[in-house]
Amino acid sequence: MFEEGKGELLSSCTADEIRDWNRNNKDRGLVDKMTTVRSAVEKYVKDGTYLAIGGFGHIRISMPLIYEIVRHRIKHLQISGHTAVHDLDVLIAGDCVDAVDVAYAFAYETRGLSRNGRRAVESGKIKCVEWTNASLSWRIKAAAMGLPFLPARNLLGSDTFRYSAAKEMECPFTGQKLVALPALMPDVSIIHVHYADKYGNCSIRGTTVKDDDLAKASKRVIVTAERIVPDTFFRNDPERTTIPYFCVDAVIEAPHGSHPGNMPHEYYFDEEHIRDYLKAGADDGSLKDYLDKWVYSVNDFDEYLDLVGTKKLNELRRLEELR
Amino acid sequence: MTSYTSIELMATVASHQLEDGKIVGVGTGLPMIASLLAQKTHAPKLIIFFEAGSMAPQVPTLPISVGDSRCAHKAVAATGLAGIMETGQRGMIDYAFLGGAEVDMYGNINSTVIGGHDSPKVRLPGSGGANDFGSLSWRTIIIAMHNKAKLPERVSFITTPGYIDGPGAREEAGLPRGTGPFRVITNLALMGFDEETCRMKLISVHPGVTVDQVRENTGFDLIIPDDVTISPAPTDEELARLKDIDPDGIIIGK
Repeated sequence: MFEEGKGELLSSCTADEIRDWNRNNKDRGLVDKMTTVRSAVEKYVKDGTYLAIGGFGHIRISMPLIYEIVRHRIKHLQISGHTAVHDLDVLIAGDCVDAVDVAYAFAYETRGLSRNGRRAVESGKIKCVEWTNASLSWRIKAAAMGLPFLPARNLLGSDTFRYSAAKEMECPFTGQKLVALPALMPDVSIIHVHYADKYGNCSIRGTTVKDDDLAKASKRVIVTAERIVPDTFFRNDPERTTIPYFCVDAVIEAPHGSHPGNMPHEYYFDEEHIRDYLKAGADDGSLKDYLDKWVYSVNDFDEYLDLVGTKKLNELRRLEELR
Repeated sequence: MTSYTSIELMATVASHQLEDGKIVGVGTGLPMIASLLAQKTHAPKLIIFFEAGSMAPQVPTLPISVGDSRCAHKAVAATGLAGIMETGQRGMIDYAFLGGAEVDMYGNINSTVIGGHDSPKVRLPGSGGANDFGSLSWRTIIIAMHNKAKLPERVSFITTPGYIDGPGAREEAGLPRGTGPFRVITNLALMGFDEETCRMKLISVHPGVTVDQVRENTGFDLIIPDDVTISPAPTDEELARLKDIDPDGIIIGK
């Protein structure tokens, strides 16, 4: 008896579709991909896009791109929620999201639940398909490998499985029951990294979470980087390359780009900012005030950083260094 | 006599369950505190894995997230979710250490929804890495609050499977053999699981708590053996270490 999850497969692809996409759409050339968040969002993020976000929900997240998506009032996004925290919550606040592949979402870890995220699900505005962190990572890994699915041993025997779009299967060699996790090829992924060159080679410090595979698995990859470096940074030490350039479609320089999130080795969480945001999330009115101040009334991320202020940004760097 | 809170007691009792030299996959909140306490007391060689990818870190101060930079501080490796869970899938993670909104008599955990899935009364965060750690680690330790609603006969949604509906059910579902829930620590008691029936059974009541109180606050027929003991109260040394780990009382002060 092999069961199937009854959740909707929000994004599907065959192995040959992955190959065809990469043959026809991914540039092999070493070309300058430097651009702005505005141009990148206008070019790649559409109503209904399936979006994956690099990092870990409130660690190493690309806030310049998230704010730009909210400013562009993009609608009906479907999101891969492999530990989605502040990244997803701001998109929900901006009314950009219709559906979430949930591993972890609508909460802020030790800080508790998000009223905004909960309200969106409990009112029926957002549809949830259940997964787990490893399931989404292995789905992304399957697409990165050019395979239609990967077998695994998690998820079995749970309601998480019943509300997922996974299927049980039999190992053709041993007869062992396994779960088959369908490949996930996001339309767009946005990844914040420590270093990038203009061609899109990227270096990530600290945990990669799943971003090496995510860059290989996604149709389009937009990168924001704390620092733009010359290509010799990678040429002289090729082991630094977490993501090779041909996976990447657009590169944007964005120092402090994970604020108010943590950026390993750079700056820690802006807890005061996150506390104020969560307080605003208590009702839609205050949340609108928050977005007006921090997103809609600034033109770009530099103006946002001016609002945060140099004093605070420096303090967050000292906090990260445990000084 | 030293005074202590029930959260401090849960943290110390939970820390005692971890063996030195083993690998533990740690969830957010109290499991973090209890694992760090074990390292600073009886289990200095305990190896902590955090799901975002860090292996064997030396956590300097209480992290806010299992994926933040504190969790990777002086780690031996910074990998990713797959790096951690694949290590579990090949049998290297000895303990999963998880929290849950609801835990039932078979150790099934709900951290997804209260009420129906498609129109929930309360939407909770979901599995995160809990289902993965709980499916793939050898033994699962769970921390929960003790009342009839939090410890029901059956959870309304199995986010992370325990023994599902009894003996043999995990293996039948395809989960790795020889794995499953091991201990449940609440604000009232320490519990384990009966080997024959896979049902939760009382091991010790916390100081000042009676067996009847535990029974009355449990939503199912808890197995109560004759040899129930009293959990040890936190020592001054343990309380001092807890203050070092969480000086601002972010979790301990809750």
